[in-house]
Amino acid sequence: MMLTQLIFGIAGGLLFAMGLRSALIRESLLARILAVNVSGAGIFLAFVAIAYRGLEETPDPVPHALVLTGIVVAVSATALALALRRRLEEADDE
Amino acid sequence: MEITLWHLLDSLLAILLLGLAWSALSGTDLKRGVVLFMAFGLLLSLIWARLRAPDLALAEAAIGAGLSGALLLLALRDREKSENKAGQPMSLLRLATVLLMLLLAASFALAYVTAVTSNTGGRLAGLAFGNLEQSGVSNPVTAVLLNFRAYDTLLELAVLLAATLGILALGSERRPFRRPGVLLGALVTWISPLLVIVAGYLLWTGAHAPGGAFQAGALLAAAIVMLRLGGMTSEQLPHQLLQGWLLAGGIAAFMLAGYLATFHDLAFLQYPAGWAGLLILLIESAAMLSIALSLGLAYLGGSPSGWDERSSRGKRS
Amino acid sequence: MTELLGSLFILASLAFFAAGSIGLLRLPDVHARLHALTKADNLGLGLLVAGACLIGGHLLLALKLLLVWLLVMFASAIAANLIARHAMKDGEES
Repeated sequence: MMLTQLIFGIAGGLLFAMGLRSALIRESLLARILAVNVSGAGIFLAFVAIAYRGLEETPDPVPHALVLTGIVVAVSATALALALRRRLEEADDE
Repeated sequence: MEITLWHLLDSLLAILLLGLAWSALSGTDLKRGVVLFMAFGLLLSLIWARLRAPDLALAEAAIGAGLSGALLLLALRDREKSENKAGQPMSLLRLATVLLMLLLAASFALAYVTAVTSNTGGRLAGLAFGNLEQSGVSNPVTAVLLNFRAYDTLLELAVLLAATLGILALGSERRPFRRPGVLLGALVTWISPLLVIVAGYLLWTGAHAPGGAFQAGALLAAAIVMLRLGGMTSEQLPHQLLQGWLLAGGIAAFMLAGYLATFHDLAFLQYPAGWAGLLILLIESAAMLSIALSLGLAYLGGSPSGWDERSSRGKRS
Repeated sequence: MTELLGSLFILASLAFFAAGSIGLLRLPDVHARLHALTKADNLGLGLLVAGACLIGGHLLLALKLLLVWLLVMFASAIAANLIARHAMKDGEES
């Protein structure tokens, strides 16, 4: 396995763990949403590192397609979470 | 393994990425955290380019850094009571969480190394590259997204629609921004048409080069964000019925293409021979408009004023 | 020969980007930092674009890169003006 894959795969795992820790520990909802996004980015990094085949060969397109889907779903889930947070704050004020 | 300069670059990028993530997540100032998260998204886009994933780099720059950052910056306005509390759970619980996360990262690393090194059997990539000529496009990522795994993309558009319906149901839109000054108005006037043109270009070129419906849809959503910043009100958006059709249009195009196949005695979403390229272009166009309007309505923050009265509950913030 | 010249341009742009970043970290207030960011970084980007055009070779690539540089200058100039105006207003209030 290539060293590049190892480096980025380990970084992806650490990002995932870092994000999950912040999501559990922080109290602020916005911080938790940021943390879940960071976790997702870590998973995407691991996927794309698996797909990498070196500087000369074309990379594997299937994980790329999965991560592209994941990026779009992550932003729409973030948007829904932010809308829920806004509604929650308004409900707390009433 | 030989260590080249590329590995030095990779290590630097990975360390910078982890450092940015740590400082974005661990500070108490949320504004700083959001801005650092946007920088994190841009660095991630650079890493996608390094890992030879240009479609992902385009999407991450537009969506992960741009749109996500815009949404988070807007959300900073909603003051949250728990943000002012400096309360932390007790230190034993925090230590336990850190240990658990280290264990999780270690098991993730083990699973990752096993997955990459052990099984040298046939991969899906072989199937994808083998059937690329019959797929109707020559960009392998577009072929996988819209032909080989078209069902996954259909479900993804459904998830996008569900999230949009949730956002529309949760309250009315945010208060529009005030009218722009000369400079911001000039920026919006010049950049918005350019964004539309580049989005169309990305959609067309997605068939044979990096690009495609998602990147184009994200650029159109960015155009909606720019127009909003330039003072656009929701009355200037298309009519509510048209918006509903545009939101559902991506899924409708997919279903039509899928059922068109069944009428020719093929499986659902198995494009007829020779028609794949044209069908993919039509589906991508409808999907681009759906994605753009979904993300644009997400930036607006809720159902636009002027829609049915029963949907405008709650205070406007 | 052109590749060597292009690499020299890119190396020069690194110096300007470094100057801009050091200015961001070390200068005292917002207005001074805006100077560093807009002037130094845009010039660095211009040199980078020039180097990339020389290495790339075809005219169409050069035109696209030039368009990128012009757009970045346009957007960063307007953004700098907006930030400076808001900072001045905040400075008057406090």
